[in-house]
Amino acid sequence: MKDILEQLEQRRADARLGGGQNRIDAQHAKGKLTARERIELLLDEDSFEEYDMFVTHRSTDFGMAASKPRGDGVVTGWGTVNGRVVYVFAQDFTVLGGSVSETHGAKICKIMDMAMQNGAPVIGINDSGGARIQEGVASLAAYGEVFQRNIEASGVVPQISLIMGPCAGGAVYSPAMTDFIFMVKDSSYMFVTGPDVVKTVTNEHVTAEQLGGASTHTRKSSVADGAFEDDVEAMSEVRRLIDFLPLSNREKPPVRPFYDDPSRVEESLDTLIPDNPNMPYDMKELIHKLADEGDFYELQADFAGNILTGFIRLEGQTVGVVANQPMVLAGVLDIDSARKAARFVRFCDCFEIPILTLVDVPGFLPGTTQEYNGVIKHGAKLLFAYGEATVPKVTVITRKAYGGAYVVMSSKHLRGDVNYAWPTAEIAVMGAKGATEILYRSELGDPDKIAGRVKEYEDQFANPFVAAERGFIDEVIQPRSTRKRVCRAFAALRTKRRQMPWKKHDNIPL
Amino acid sequence: MFKKLLIANRGEIACRVIKTARQMGITTVAIYSDADRNALHVKMADEAIHIGPSPASESYIVIDKVMAAIKASGAEAVHPGYGFLSENRKFAEALEAAGVAFVGPPATAIEAMGDKITSKKLAQEAGVNTVPGHMGLIEDAAEAITISGMIGYPVMLKASAGGGGKGMRIAWSESEVAEGFQASKNEAASSFGDDRMFIEKFVTQPRHIEIQVLADQHGNCVYLGERECSIQRRNQKVIEEAPSPFLDAATRKAMGEQACALAQAVGYTSAGTVEFIVDGDRNFYFLEMNTRLQVEHPVTELITGIDLVEQMIRVAYGEALPFTQGDIKLNGWAMESRLYAEDPYRNFLPSIGRLVQYRPPTEMATETAVVRNDTGVFEGGEISRFYDPMIAKLCTWAPTRSEAIEGMRNALDGFELEGIGHNLPFLAAVMDHPRFESGNITTAFIAEEYPDGFEGVTPGPDVLRRLAAVAAHMKMLKEDRAAKISGAMANHTRRVATDYVVRVGKTDFPVHIDETDFGTEIIFSDGTLYKVNSDWRLGDTLFKGQVGDVPMIVKTAFIPGGARLRYRGADLKAVVRTPRQAELAALMPEKLPPDTSNLLLCPMPGLIVKVDVAVGDEVQDGQALCTIEAMKMENILRAGRRGVIAKINANAGDSLAVDDVIMEFE
Repeated sequence: MKDILEQLEQRRADARLGGGQNRIDAQHAKGKLTARERIELLLDEDSFEEYDMFVTHRSTDFGMAASKPRGDGVVTGWGTVNGRVVYVFAQDFTVLGGSVSETHGAKICKIMDMAMQNGAPVIGINDSGGARIQEGVASLAAYGEVFQRNIEASGVVPQISLIMGPCAGGAVYSPAMTDFIFMVKDSSYMFVTGPDVVKTVTNEHVTAEQLGGASTHTRKSSVADGAFEDDVEAMSEVRRLIDFLPLSNREKPPVRPFYDDPSRVEESLDTLIPDNPNMPYDMKELIHKLADEGDFYELQADFAGNILTGFIRLEGQTVGVVANQPMVLAGVLDIDSARKAARFVRFCDCFEIPILTLVDVPGFLPGTTQEYNGVIKHGAKLLFAYGEATVPKVTVITRKAYGGAYVVMSSKHLRGDVNYAWPTAEIAVMGAKGATEILYRSELGDPDKIAGRVKEYEDQFANPFVAAERGFIDEVIQPRSTRKRVCRAFAALRTKRRQMPWKKHDNIPL
Repeated sequence: MFKKLLIANRGEIACRVIKTARQMGITTVAIYSDADRNALHVKMADEAIHIGPSPASESYIVIDKVMAAIKASGAEAVHPGYGFLSENRKFAEALEAAGVAFVGPPATAIEAMGDKITSKKLAQEAGVNTVPGHMGLIEDAAEAITISGMIGYPVMLKASAGGGGKGMRIAWSESEVAEGFQASKNEAASSFGDDRMFIEKFVTQPRHIEIQVLADQHGNCVYLGERECSIQRRNQKVIEEAPSPFLDAATRKAMGEQACALAQAVGYTSAGTVEFIVDGDRNFYFLEMNTRLQVEHPVTELITGIDLVEQMIRVAYGEALPFTQGDIKLNGWAMESRLYAEDPYRNFLPSIGRLVQYRPPTEMATETAVVRNDTGVFEGGEISRFYDPMIAKLCTWAPTRSEAIEGMRNALDGFELEGIGHNLPFLAAVMDHPRFESGNITTAFIAEEYPDGFEGVTPGPDVLRRLAAVAAHMKMLKEDRAAKISGAMANHTRRVATDYVVRVGKTDFPVHIDETDFGTEIIFSDGTLYKVNSDWRLGDTLFKGQVGDVPMIVKTAFIPGGARLRYRGADLKAVVRTPRQAELAALMPEKLPPDTSNLLLCPMPGLIVKVDVAVGDEVQDGQALCTIEAMKMENILRAGRRGVIAKINANAGDSLAVDDVIMEFE
């Protein structure tokens, strides 16, 4: 009997070595940790329960029968992050390059099914050379099965992807369908076709890093939501993110003790808006000063900086923040910012995370680039996302809220629950100058007259009171008391219940 | 007494004057420019009058506008503060003509002392020791070179109307005279509206020690001891103290008597300062007389107990001084640190913008310690590009110099300031510098001790250890809270580890943490135990507590992967990991910052005045590439190496932000 128990330990030890010490050393030499090391950093100490450690592939072609490493290139199981259950799979590059076989895929599918059934997030750590070519279509089928589960799990449990090595070809489409993608700088890349094929087909010379490195995907393509310095930082920051998220759509977002006065008065916010309406200011300051303990988990920080998205806590409870950023392109809405914010709003709505919207938007960005690329439909995504979101929605207009963009940014008309405005707010069809030039076209030749008209328009419309008179703004508030107002609003909305009419699903303009 | 006083100034000095005037029951009137609409001095004053656009040259120093404000307000007296119109003879005369009292000396005294050449002659005549130099005005760079050759290098190029380091340059060679002369002249013209220049011998290894005098209209004049202002950067005072650690009673008396002699020779009334250069043998030479209240006057107030502003107002009203020289006693020691919006990590380049956080230490005064903070800003206020980049003057007093220094260290540790670059870490570093502590300082202190600029402070092993204990304490509280999140598995709540490896900067400290009723006990691998006792809570940006037997104030913030700790000028990342996490972290590659050596980055927000090179030019190390104007100072950016200009991204007239790429090298 004792022998058998010892044998188990021996088998486990073998399996844990993955591709062997040489390959582990090679992985380390690349500045990367192994699959098990990554899981160790991600989960609470000693909380990992591994499944399918002894799974091997069944392929016999191309001499594969001779090499049947245990685990088959992916480590799967579950554990806890600060005591809360998460499911995890981590591709093991030391075993057959982390390539995806039928059984490798099946292991991932197994924990995804468990996660969905039990209502816990899935965290996928991607570090794989791609399909296991020796298995041919069986490998593709495995991807397909994972894809299908990504789709089914979408909106049921949060799915987080970490790209911590190569992720190429069809493999990219699993992370692509998850809620968040994070990369590690200098050691990860993802693309549909690699540099060699690119060169053959389009004659472009490009490195893997240029084509699909962390910088490319966080700044240019917006495929990734963030990038971290190294594996260790990545794991600690993902833990931080998980603390913001509910485990599934059956649960409310988590709450934890907080040490910040919900009625904290921030006098400095009274001077946040510059005297000159054309001067920018940093909307992040407002977010930091509203949030519990100044803690803001920003997503897509390096992309479409004209809109900010991320999580804060108010009274210990997660709130998603969407905010126009006047520091970048005057906070204008454009294709990129609308797409970025729309996806974030929909994530929040999926998982019952209330949404705080901070508005200073001069309108939509004009131009052929925008129109030719479909700003109409992309802008509509954000409009649609806000309109369909049934979670508590609180809006604060700090300065400009012009035209269609005013309506888009969680206005009362899109069923904003509580809509506040600062006294500096200007809620109007457009800025004073533009409006007078249309209204008084005949006086355009006379600058004095036009200046008078601009002044007249400003006095009449460049304020929150016209909107407040109609009830489109629930209350004009002092900037300094914004935290208290917003906290109270969300507290009152905790019992909000609202449903959209039954439908199979909506048809958001993709 | 006057019923109404107008303060013809802005910023901290306007606030300072308002405080005293209010205590005296005098109604105060502020004046303000566009940029100062929401300034603190405007809020503090009983009345405020707008006097024009933001640039001082269109508002604060336009005599007609200030006079109009005086008339409109009905003020009986005007306090000019320092700078602006404080030493402007025409302004004093205009007030005289309008029958308004000037809280300052008579116009004749301003005129006599305002011109450095005349003042030196007068000083000589009054029996005051003076520095060798050329007394005449200098026409052009060529003449400047000739005269400099005669005096002998190094020489100091000075704006006749100058002050505060503006329009002032030291030149060690002919080429530096040639280059600096025009730049100084331009600065003088833009800052003072007077571009007259003169040259004098630059005394090496000098100390800057000045005597505060106070004279009334009845012929009485006293000196209120000295201030040592040797800690200067580019002739701009940074740290001042009173008394000087260098003077003996005899020298103090001799300097004081000469200062009074000069004041009386020119019929001086009000507060004034006679500046001296003192060499290593306590020889002292007259430098100039400032016919106004000095920036650093608080240190004198702290050791004499005399409110200088009050005395100035009383003198202006015609009262006699209520004390004689015999009554003046110097008590204890006072330090002043000038907080500037200048980034020490970027060679002290000016920084402007919003004060996202501004929380000075609490002011207090007891028998054994004083903390005083003179400021003109507030959280949410702005450091504007139009004016002096001074944020605040932080002063401490204590019975002894070392206690005053310790008080200042703590006050600086507790001073929270975010949103702009500022010299707080540098001030803290100087306060902790053994040479400063010893009192063995000269005006070359900064240049000698920080020859390559300021790169932060590397704390000693003891401080690192205590910071590690602070980081461990913070980590424990953080983990305790993290474990309290809702939704944890029943019966499987997370256990918080107690063994960690704390990395502070680049040093690792394995520790064991025990939680007690009073805080935490951090046990280091050699068995040393630090009890950490603090009411710090998550989210607090200031850790105040007892670490072992040492009270500490540390600025804290959580950053990706760890915490940022700032203490005594050091700015460190602290990461607390379990031993296993530390083992894995050790496998991570060290990442180097991106190479920007082939770029010329804009070091400060400012306006490009001039681009000196063109694409394709080959430049030498040290060659001027372009000139940026910021805070009224013209800064020449130079090539850091030989190279060829590949691309120029900015033209004269462009406004640039920090780190904008101005040009690229091949």
